[in-house]
Amino acid sequence: MAQEKLQNLISAKLGASVRSMEAMKNNDLMVVLDLKDFIASLGTLKNDPALGFSTLMNHLGVDYGDRMAVIYNLYSQVHRAKITVRVFLDRKQPEIPSLERAFPGIGWYERETFDLLGIRFTGHSNMKRLLLPEDWEGYPLRKDYVYPTSYNGIETAREDLLDCGLSNAECGVSETIEHITTLNPKSAIRNPK
Amino acid sequence: MSKYSTQEMVLNMGPHHPSTHGVLRFILQTDGEMMVKATPDIGFLHRGIEKIAERVTWQGFMPYTDRIDYVASVNCNLGYAVAVERLAGVAVPEKAEYLRVIAAELSRIASHFIGFGALLLDLGAVTPFVHALRERETFNDLIEMLCGARLTHNYVRIGGVAQDLPPGFAEKCRAFVDHLEYEFVEEFNELISFNTILINRLANVGVISAETANDYTLTGPNLRASGVAFDLRKDESYSIYDRFDFDIPVGRGKYGTLGDSYDRYFIRIEEVVQSCRIIRQALDRLPQDGEIRTKLPKLFTVPAGEIYVRTECPRGELGFYVISDGKKNPFRIKIRTGSFSSMTIIEHISQGVMVADLVAIIGSLDVVAPEIDR
Repeated sequence: MAQEKLQNLISAKLGASVRSMEAMKNNDLMVVLDLKDFIASLGTLKNDPALGFSTLMNHLGVDYGDRMAVIYNLYSQVHRAKITVRVFLDRKQPEIPSLERAFPGIGWYERETFDLLGIRFTGHSNMKRLLLPEDWEGYPLRKDYVYPTSYNGIETAREDLLDCGLSNAECGVSETIEHITTLNPKSAIRNPK
Repeated sequence: MSKYSTQEMVLNMGPHHPSTHGVLRFILQTDGEMMVKATPDIGFLHRGIEKIAERVTWQGFMPYTDRIDYVASVNCNLGYAVAVERLAGVAVPEKAEYLRVIAAELSRIASHFIGFGALLLDLGAVTPFVHALRERETFNDLIEMLCGARLTHNYVRIGGVAQDLPPGFAEKCRAFVDHLEYEFVEEFNELISFNTILINRLANVGVISAETANDYTLTGPNLRASGVAFDLRKDESYSIYDRFDFDIPVGRGKYGTLGDSYDRYFIRIEEVVQSCRIIRQALDRLPQDGEIRTKLPKLFTVPAGEIYVRTECPRGELGFYVISDGKKNPFRIKIRTGSFSSMTIIEHISQGVMVADLVAIIGSLDVVAPEIDR
């Protein structure tokens, strides 16, 4: 089968830096690589004419709870096949070399992973937050992320937004709140003052 | 010489510039009329969809996929549904597959209308934009008949679709695609596509070679405009796209260089015609009877595992990397979108162009902000 052939080819080319390999659903091959020779292995996957995994489809980071991982989805025009490369990282200090030289388009993907998961890419030209504001605290996609109650003095909880210091009758919201609380007595919106 | 020395100036473009397709911001370093560099600043529409996914059920995430790219929401629904179905091994009824293709291709047409319509509007041509939006209104009526919504359609379900075709839909839809393919496209091309002013504005502007496109993970129409005939509907067929007869339009450098803004503009018009062909075939072969949805248990869980599924969205490859740990909500979902990679290349190709050409480049890449920020 084509996938077995590819599996043998990859283990022959990459040797000991492959920790494990398994078939995924959707005709995909999961290759778990060692962090130590990561850059060299990726270089082989990309530049070796027999492999030709020169198209980066996707990159993401995952927090598995006990450890972290970065995942690269690569596509080869030679084999018309895709592989998923996964590298496990230490959760206490997640760090991995950046792939900007091999794949110039990965810069923003790595910034996004840093932004949302706190995985640092060494050698990246601009390792700053991408989607969240620069002064955001914490990394939201980590499994132990604590939801902030406020950001720069702006409360994130909804019931406080309704509290403008005036009584609800003065604001004209009491009727609305009454309506909501009759519909759902357990509603989080507080009863009128 | 020093008498005429120039100085670099930093200009701010957006987030509310009309030509920035949503809320995008560019920091422009200019030297007179020439651009030294345009640095995009994104995140204004970041809603944390990937985080939301970890807190809702598998089916409950479907309406959120509408908001990934609200200009082509059926295609986003479809991408998520295909990913979950393949991971969970859910079969989709024959009739539902046809309905999905019809809705998705209609959505692609409508999205391309916004795509090239907005590009023309950015370049100052208001009339063709109104023409494109007039046709999009028919699409809105059709999709409203089908699922009740005009913008965020939420039509696809895991294991099928939400509604069957209403009476009269097939005839109306067929009339619409016939009108597009045989009347509208020709009229529109005469009106604007072969207009000398437009050609001069777009030809040889923002040229992207096939190698650069691959390096910067460009996909979809933007990649095909660079001459690469790669379409996931054919090359990695999903749903039932392998049953239809259609062509993959590629850029030809018609009025300039291969991979310039004109190629990226014209390829979208050619794709509209191909989508019309697919819809017509799907309507012809649509089974009259049959289920439209596989019945799933109330508490739907997906067996533990990981999968990466990519589908062809109007703005490029829409990839869902889904990780399940066997519970009732997803463990992690990563959404890879076409606009995200289109944005990364802007910084690279905007070096040394005129400031006015940047607008053409952004428009021709057809980026929408919600898809970048998610």
